[in-house]
Amino acid sequence: MPYFWLLALFLIPFLIVFKISLSDAALAIPPYMPTMKEGLGAMLSQLDFENFVFLTEDDLYWKAYLSSLKIAFISTVFALLVGYPIAYAMARAPTEWRATLMMLIILPFWTSFLIRVYAWVGILSTEGLLNRFLLWIGIIGDPLIILNTSTAVYIGIVYTYVPFMILPIYAALERLDESLIEAAEDLGCSRMKAFWLITIPLSKGGIIAGCFLVFIPALGEFVIPSLLGGSGTLMIGKVLFEEFFSNRDWPVASAVAVILLIILIIPIILFQRNEQRQQEAEQ
Amino acid sequence: MVETVFAPWEDPNASPLISFKNVTKRFGSFVAIDDLTLDIYEQEFFALLGPSGCGKTTMMRMLAGFENPSEGSMSLSGQDIAGIPPNKRAVNMMFQSYALFPHLSVWENIAFGLRRDGVAKDVLSARVDEMLKLTRLEKFARRKPHQISGGQRQRVALARSLAKAPKLLLLDEPLGALDKKLRQDTQFELMDIQEKTGTTFVIVTHDQEEAMTVASRVAVMDEGRIVQVATPQKIYEAPDSIYVADFIGDVNILTGPVKATGDDTYSVDYGGEAPVIATSERSFSDGQIGHLAIRPEKIAIHSDRPAAPNAVQGKVLDIAYLGNLSTYYVELPNGKIIKAQTANTRRISRRAFTWEDPVWVSWSATAGVLLDQ
Repeated sequence: MPYFWLLALFLIPFLIVFKISLSDAALAIPPYMPTMKEGLGAMLSQLDFENFVFLTEDDLYWKAYLSSLKIAFISTVFALLVGYPIAYAMARAPTEWRATLMMLIILPFWTSFLIRVYAWVGILSTEGLLNRFLLWIGIIGDPLIILNTSTAVYIGIVYTYVPFMILPIYAALERLDESLIEAAEDLGCSRMKAFWLITIPLSKGGIIAGCFLVFIPALGEFVIPSLLGGSGTLMIGKVLFEEFFSNRDWPVASAVAVILLIILIIPIILFQRNEQRQQEAEQ
Repeated sequence: MVETVFAPWEDPNASPLISFKNVTKRFGSFVAIDDLTLDIYEQEFFALLGPSGCGKTTMMRMLAGFENPSEGSMSLSGQDIAGIPPNKRAVNMMFQSYALFPHLSVWENIAFGLRRDGVAKDVLSARVDEMLKLTRLEKFARRKPHQISGGQRQRVALARSLAKAPKLLLLDEPLGALDKKLRQDTQFELMDIQEKTGTTFVIVTHDQEEAMTVASRVAVMDEGRIVQVATPQKIYEAPDSIYVADFIGDVNILTGPVKATGDDTYSVDYGGEAPVIATSERSFSDGQIGHLAIRPEKIAIHSDRPAAPNAVQGKVLDIAYLGNLSTYYVELPNGKIIKAQTANTRRISRRAFTWEDPVWVSWSATAGVLLDQ
C-alpha cells in the first residue's frame, strides 16, 4: 500500500514530467508534441534530449542553478544559527511551558504563507516598519534599501523555513538526558566544551533532518524571490515559472524541473548511504 | 597477629578528606540540608542512607559541585571547595542513570575524562586498558553503551569515574538499576575495587542492606539532618534513636516510664503485667520515659515459661515464613505485638507453634537498647 501511494503521487507525475522534457514545444493544446495520439511507438521515437542540451548552452540556466544553490545553502546555515538556540531554549524550558512554546512555533502556519511573505514587504520596504523604527531611534539617517535585494530573500527564506529547522532539533534535544552534560562537566569539561562534545553530536540527527527540510524547499523556492527579491535575484524556481507561464515552453520548463530533482536527490542518496554504512559498522 | 582496625574517625589526629561545617542548603523556602556537620576520612567507604527526599542526593551534588551550600563551608583535603565548578574538582561521580555517552564506545567513554586533561596518548591508553581490566570489560571496549547489558553498563560507569583517579568517588544509587542477584555480586565487586584503588567512596543509597554490606561507616539521614553516623554494626546494635532503630532492620519498641534498679540497670513499665529489665549505658532518671528497642532475632519463643530476666506470655497472632527465618507475631495481654524471630535450622521439622498457641517470649537484659528519643 505505501508503495502504491509513492507510485501514484511521485513516480507517475515524475514520468509524465520527464516525458514532456524530452518533447518539443508546439503551438497546440497541450503545448508540446509528440503526444500519445500518434501511438506509443511513434511517440517514443520522436523523443530526444534536445532540451537538456539547450540548458547547457544558455548560461542563464546554470547561473540560476548555482545562484539557487548558494541562496539555499546560506539560508540553511542562517536557519540553523537561528533555529538551534531556539530549539535548545525550548528543550531546556520547564516542561509545562514546552507545549505553549511549540504552539508558538507552529502558529504562523495558521495564516497563509503568501500573506506572511507580503507582510515582509510592508516591513522591509523603504517606508516600511523597520526603516521607520530605525530612523525614529536614530540609528540610521537614510532608509536602508532591503526590499528587492538578496538580503530580503534570505530574510524571507529563513523566516519561512526556520520552524522546519527547529522542530527536528527540538525533538533530538528534548530526548537528551541532562545528566550526560553533568557527567561531561564532572569529567573535566567546561559548559562550552560539554556542549560541543555531547549536545551537538547527540543532536546531529536533528540538525541533518532540519537542514534537509530547509535546504530542499529553499532550493526550488519561487514565491519569496519573486515577492521580495526583485529582478536582481536569480533563482531556478523563478526561471521555471517564467518558462512555464510566460514562454509557454513546457518541455524546457520540465527539463529544468528534472535537473532540479536530480540535484536534490543526489545529496539525499549520499546521506542515506552514509547513514546505512554507519549503522552497519555499529552492528 | 595484630590487626589494625580501620577507624580513622576515632583518631583525633587524623585530618578528614572531606569536611562539612554547618552546611545548609535551601531551594527557595525548602531546606534540603539543615546545618550539617560531618567529616569523611581518606579511604573510607561512606554510605549516606535515608528515605527519598532526606537530602542525601543534595549532599552528593554539593560534593560534586553541581550545587553550592547556602550557608556553611565544605572542604576537600583542607581546601575550601565552595564555588569551585565540577570540572575543576578532584571528585568524580557515578550517576544513577550511569549517564554513559551513547555516541561513544566503551573505550572512548572511559577515556573521556583523561582526554580533557590532555593526558599523553600512550599513558591514556594504558590507563584505559587498566580500567577495562579492573572492571573486566576488555571484551566490550569497542561496543557502544546500548550494545551491552545493564550490569556491564554499570561497570563502564564505574570505570569511567575511576579513570582520572579522583580523590573522592561519589556513587549515586549505583546498583539501583540492577536485579537483586547481580546487585549482591556487584556490592562485593565494588568493595574489592575500593580496596584495590584506595579511593574514598561516598555512596548514596536508600537500600539499608546495601549500605550495611559495603560501608565502613553509615550516616542515617532524615529531613536534611544526619541522625547518626557510625559503623554498620553500631548502627544496628546501638542505634541512638528510635528513628535509626526503626529505619535499619526490624525492631520491637517497648515504651514506658523507667526506674533504676541497680548500676546501669533499669526497669521499664511498658504497661504489661510486670516491668521489663534492661541494662543501659545511657543514664535515665526515675520516671523518665524510655523506649526499649529489641531486635526480633534476640527474642526467643518458648512453650513453657523460661528462666530468663524478661519473659512475657502471649499468643501467636501471625507467622511469617521467610525460608531461612520465621517471624512470629506474638500478641501480649495488653494488646502490644512482639516480633520474635527464629532461624529455620532444620529442613523438615514440625513447626512447634501455630496460630493462637499460647507462648512465652523472652530476652536477656542486654538484648535491647534503652533510648530516650
